[in-house]
Amino acid sequence: MNILEVNHLTKKFGGLTATSDITMNIEKNSITAVIGPNGAGKTTFFNMITAVYKPTSGDILLNGKSLVGLKPHQVSQFGITRTFQNIRLFNDMTVLENVLVGMHQNLKSHWVGTLLQLPHIRRIEENAKIEAYDILKYVGLDKYTNENAGNLAYGAQRRLEIGRAIAAKPKILLLDEPAAGMNPKETDRLTQLIYDLRTKLDVTIILIEHDMKLVMKISDFIYVLDHGELIASGKPEEIRSNKRVIEAYLGKGAVAND
Amino acid sequence: MTSLGALFNKIAESKRNQIILFIAYVLVTGLGLILLPDSTVAFLLLLFSILILYYIDFNLKAKWITGLVILAVIVPFISSFSGSYQTYMEVGTLVGIYCAMALGLNIVVGFAGLLDLGFIAFFAVGAYSYAIFASGQAAKFMPFGHYPLPGGTFWIFILIGAFVAALFGIILGVPVLRVRGDYLAIVTLGFGEIIRILLNNMDHPINITNGSMGIASITPPNFFGISIGSSSQFYYIALCIFLVVIYIVRKLENSKLGRAWKAVRDNEIAAQAMGIPLVKTKLAAFAIGASFSGMMGVVFAAKQMFVDATSFTYLESTIVLVMVILGGMGSVPGVILGAAVVIILRTQVLTNISNWLSSLSATYGIPIPPALSPEKMQLLIFGLLLIIFALYRTQGLIPHKNRKVDVARLERESAELAHKASSGGADS
Repeated sequence: MNILEVNHLTKKFGGLTATSDITMNIEKNSITAVIGPNGAGKTTFFNMITAVYKPTSGDILLNGKSLVGLKPHQVSQFGITRTFQNIRLFNDMTVLENVLVGMHQNLKSHWVGTLLQLPHIRRIEENAKIEAYDILKYVGLDKYTNENAGNLAYGAQRRLEIGRAIAAKPKILLLDEPAAGMNPKETDRLTQLIYDLRTKLDVTIILIEHDMKLVMKISDFIYVLDHGELIASGKPEEIRSNKRVIEAYLGKGAVAND
Repeated sequence: MTSLGALFNKIAESKRNQIILFIAYVLVTGLGLILLPDSTVAFLLLLFSILILYYIDFNLKAKWITGLVILAVIVPFISSFSGSYQTYMEVGTLVGIYCAMALGLNIVVGFAGLLDLGFIAFFAVGAYSYAIFASGQAAKFMPFGHYPLPGGTFWIFILIGAFVAALFGIILGVPVLRVRGDYLAIVTLGFGEIIRILLNNMDHPINITNGSMGIASITPPNFFGISIGSSSQFYYIALCIFLVVIYIVRKLENSKLGRAWKAVRDNEIAAQAMGIPLVKTKLAAFAIGASFSGMMGVVFAAKQMFVDATSFTYLESTIVLVMVILGGMGSVPGVILGAAVVIILRTQVLTNISNWLSSLSATYGIPIPPALSPEKMQLLIFGLLLIIFALYRTQGLIPHKNRKVDVARLERESAELAHKASSGGADS
């Protein structure tokens, strides 16, 4: 069953076509990778799904319902959350608070109730803190609970972004270069985490990644973009030997010379 | 400030000594206030005890009660023995009014990160909403009702002022929130000026605000038959509203809404991606911040018994912003201290230095041009203060600290829940 369907999605910035006519079908509970050289339009594609950009034409369907025209926070409420290529944490808030913000849309604590100190609101907030702490333990950041997010090391910040995203209880999780700047050990931990997310939390994962080892290892399906166009799609082993993909990465002639 | 606290700790290592020293401090300053003829310094030192209290190693509830007793009982009681009782209470009232306003602006600037340079407009809206209806002014354009309204309506007008100001906050917010950063600052500055100029000119074709003549003879508030007219009485009104405002701010700061504000401040795109509606969250900050200002506007109008547009100039907006920046953006105790420092500088210290200088020049025959008196150089002094703080202490007098959670307790509770879940699973 397809949870997300993308039909003929095109985005133009003035005369520049960032992505053109992309069609994808993402299966529920799968791990899908979107790869391609720099400037291929991968992040633009993510930005359209999360409504940061409005597509010029085409449609995005989540369980058959169109997401085009929604506001970013509404897309999030429909169950799609993301992490960012250039880390976007709430730097002046604590690590725990970052995760609590991720839980924002699932918390039913209205501010009027907070002011009146209604007991059930206090309980909601208390439970939210425990849940957030559990998420921190899950991503291995519990010892930084009270630290400001901006003070964390790079790898930890990436993991906090994932923690914050899963706190929103998404159906689909978009990871934009989660392994960028990580050392091999951190990448291994991340791979494990992504596997774990899929099986334990039943989320569908779409990731943009340049680390081919990681991509080939964990993806069920791969889409390859180049210059805004979808040039190939298939299982990892098919992509590995696809001529157009190798050309896109290594340049024309690379295949013939081999 | 922390080094002061460290020094204090060294002198008084035990808790008991701290308390004794603190009581002694309050007694000495109090006695000074009674005995010295011109006791401004003693009065300021007595108020300073609140700051010391903030740094004392003491349990939170006891601190709040002590602070309350000092502000509600000791300060008014001791001041009543001094010759300038009403002056001191006037200063106290002003500090209360501006503290509440600065806390309101702190929500907008410190929590939500929206620079607002026209904040005084909401104060004006609150002040005028009471002034118009509690004087003969309303009779000039209202087709029904008898005006001025009796002083008993003052208490309802505190809420009405809050509501009207919040409404103006939303009216301002809807168009303005399309722009960000510097542009937002400029637009809010414009809004502040528009409100002031409107109030100054709304005497024709329909006379709503009486224009530049201002609105005079505003009915004083009435509390169960007692007419409230003196500063010592307004002091308690300002104190009560101030306490309510602190309560609201403290509760909101660490609530879902408070986190949403800070998230929007730190990173708008990420905040939206986490399901936070941008416009609604920003509007809430504008509305709630404005409402504090509106409430105090009503108190201000009732206290002065006269309002006109000159009380709501751009300078006033700047001064409230100075309070927030000086105290520490986003820090509730900081902003309160900032407001107190600025008001006391304005009303007490600068005037006293000016008086002292002029008496000096009179006795020694040194001519000091009036333009050089510190009272006239407020803008210069606040400007310098801002520059010094921007260079050397960007976080303000008492920097903001995020509330820390008790990790050990979370660990325990999370383990308990996990245990419950697993044993529950075994049963079924």
